[in-house]
Amino acid sequence: MDNITEPEETLIVAGRAGRRYLRDLWQYRELFLFLAWRDLLVRYKQTVVGVAWALIRPLLTMLVLTFVFSRLGNMPSGGVPYPLLVLCGMLPWQFFAGAVSDSGYSLLSSSGLISKVYFPRLVIPAGTLVPSLVDLLISLLFLLGLLIWYRFVPSANIFFLPLFLLLAVATSFGAGVWVSAAMVNYRDFRFIVPFVVQFGLYISPVGFLSSVVPERLRLLYSLNPLVGVIDGFRWCILGQDALYPPALAISVTASLALIFTGIWYFRRTERTLADVI
Amino acid sequence: MSSKTSHAPDRADPGLANPGPVNDAAITVENLSKRYEIHHQRASGEGLRHVFESAIRAPIRWLRSRRNALGPGNEAFWALRDVSFAVAQGEAVGIVGRNGAGKSTLLKLLSRITEPTTGQIRYRGRVSSLLEVGTGFHPELTGRENIFLNAAILGMRRRAILRRFDEIVAFSEVERFLDTPVKRYSSGMYVRLAFAVAAHLEPEILLVDEVLAVGDAAFQQKCLGKMGSVVSEGRTVLFVSHNMAAVSALCTRGLLIEAGRVVQSGPPQVVIEGYLATIRANAHRPLAERTDREGGGRIRFTRVSVLNDRLEPVDTVASGQDIAIALEYDLRDAHTLQNAAVQIKFFGALGQPLFACLSTSWSRESLTLPSGARILCHIPRLPLLQGVYAYTIWCMLGNTLEDFVANAGNLSVVDGDFFGTGTLPPKTVGEVLLTHSWSVR
Repeated sequence: MDNITEPEETLIVAGRAGRRYLRDLWQYRELFLFLAWRDLLVRYKQTVVGVAWALIRPLLTMLVLTFVFSRLGNMPSGGVPYPLLVLCGMLPWQFFAGAVSDSGYSLLSSSGLISKVYFPRLVIPAGTLVPSLVDLLISLLFLLGLLIWYRFVPSANIFFLPLFLLLAVATSFGAGVWVSAAMVNYRDFRFIVPFVVQFGLYISPVGFLSSVVPERLRLLYSLNPLVGVIDGFRWCILGQDALYPPALAISVTASLALIFTGIWYFRRTERTLADVI
Repeated sequence: MSSKTSHAPDRADPGLANPGPVNDAAITVENLSKRYEIHHQRASGEGLRHVFESAIRAPIRWLRSRRNALGPGNEAFWALRDVSFAVAQGEAVGIVGRNGAGKSTLLKLLSRITEPTTGQIRYRGRVSSLLEVGTGFHPELTGRENIFLNAAILGMRRRAILRRFDEIVAFSEVERFLDTPVKRYSSGMYVRLAFAVAAHLEPEILLVDEVLAVGDAAFQQKCLGKMGSVVSEGRTVLFVSHNMAAVSALCTRGLLIEAGRVVQSGPPQVVIEGYLATIRANAHRPLAERTDREGGGRIRFTRVSVLNDRLEPVDTVASGQDIAIALEYDLRDAHTLQNAAVQIKFFGALGQPLFACLSTSWSRESLTLPSGARILCHIPRLPLLQGVYAYTIWCMLGNTLEDFVANAGNLSVVDGDFFGTGTLPPKTVGEVLLTHSWSVR
């Protein structure tokens, strides 16, 4: 950066921009942090209660889901307080829903940047994960409070929680990258994303245990990659039933597949991004 | 940024059999092309339904595609075609050419905003452009926060920003409002802050696209001033402009681009002459045949002519004469267009704008254009000295541009008796005559 060092040479060859991509990503790592920092700063500006929203949203959702599924639906809780069960499911779900919608719209809303400056565009959808992750951590604090309130001692499985956190991040990142690029090409996703997020809350085992699904449908049900993630969170924190291995395998496979195909599709879109956005 | 100076794999690229005098060059461009595909589709062309539709039609299209390499309704457009040139360290190159010639596309490829279709670019050092001023500013963030964000987006490291922070703030003259969200800034403060960040980037290569530069005249002046100082520091500058006065004053070399190709390269004066010649040649083409136009197309100018004071078409007019410019047009799908605004803008010998006649500043009423009529712009006592003046015309309906033709025609003027005294000031003092008077009291 200083004038002492010989200026670096850059070579742009048609169709071969991908070669330096990893190196570019590394060079622009600070931009990733800056974008994440911006999103965090902006998130709760000009709100009255500010960061408290990160607590209010899961609290209210938890109360409503507990009421609907436990009181009205009479779902089994497997011996733990129902609010705890719901909150454990909501942690990964809200993270996924928030991250996918934020990163989904991220490219479109950064079109001003994209048409004026070069940087590896992947830092845009990646950067949007950070605020959702921070919300997740705040919700974890809330969960801690609830555990104390119910005097519930988590099982030893809790040491596996970071792994499932990683799985949730991987799934959300893969899906978010896919959606962000797809939304540039097909604006239809503007309508699909909110729909899927709304719909997914009910088909994923957020408000109920996935063990209530009939045994013969269990594998089919587990095709939703979030089933494995949510079950994993419950298993770590509440330590009830044993894990259902097929669901976990599907989640891991799906998250890896989403990441690799997502990046591939994203790179393909990126090539002409500034021309079509 | 550590000194990663040697990229052995890059040099081994097969496309680079002939590196030539690369070592000295700040920028080397070889066989660069950029193709855009234009979709002549309905607005839904990018939707999912279109995907399903084309999946069903794919077999038919595959058969057709043997005849036509592109899908139906798609048309290839080469914004740049086989462009090669080199720029030496410290050169200031003025890139000139008509609208749509490919100048801005070239800058976009150089700044890596979009990727080339074929060819390659090699450059040494960091590239940044004055286009990017204020890019990424977030209205909710404070001035301080935006300095960091904007500088990071423009490729500055955190350490470098911290080191130059005080300088940037001092330059921007907004110290007192550093912790105010920029949405509360006046537009002048906003631009000053944005420009302060851009001015402290110190890239090895600076790209300036004056055609696209936003902001008021003062700001553009600031951009030009900045460019001048960068040039004098011996850094490399590429400057896209329609202002030949600026090109000839600031640049050490000119590059003329026509229809995506470099057609001339050399001393700025020579290239400017070439550029002006292409403009004049173009103005002789009938307006109806011109395809290098912009706008929605609900109205198309088909013919423009210069009339004398008796409204007869003439080739040449004289200074001081009452003249009119007549614009004939076609309407696409209406009998009458309401709410129209028309402008004719005149350019001087160096391509600098002289003045414009805008219908909505002449009258608050907008024009109503029936089909089959023509628009007349009356200019009493033509205030121009002898010379050839190109003009650009456009028409807007409401807020949308419907037709824009750059260099739609030339107004050829001979000296006439503007003041009624038989004398005129010499052309060396300017091109425009002004009605005025003198007195001694």
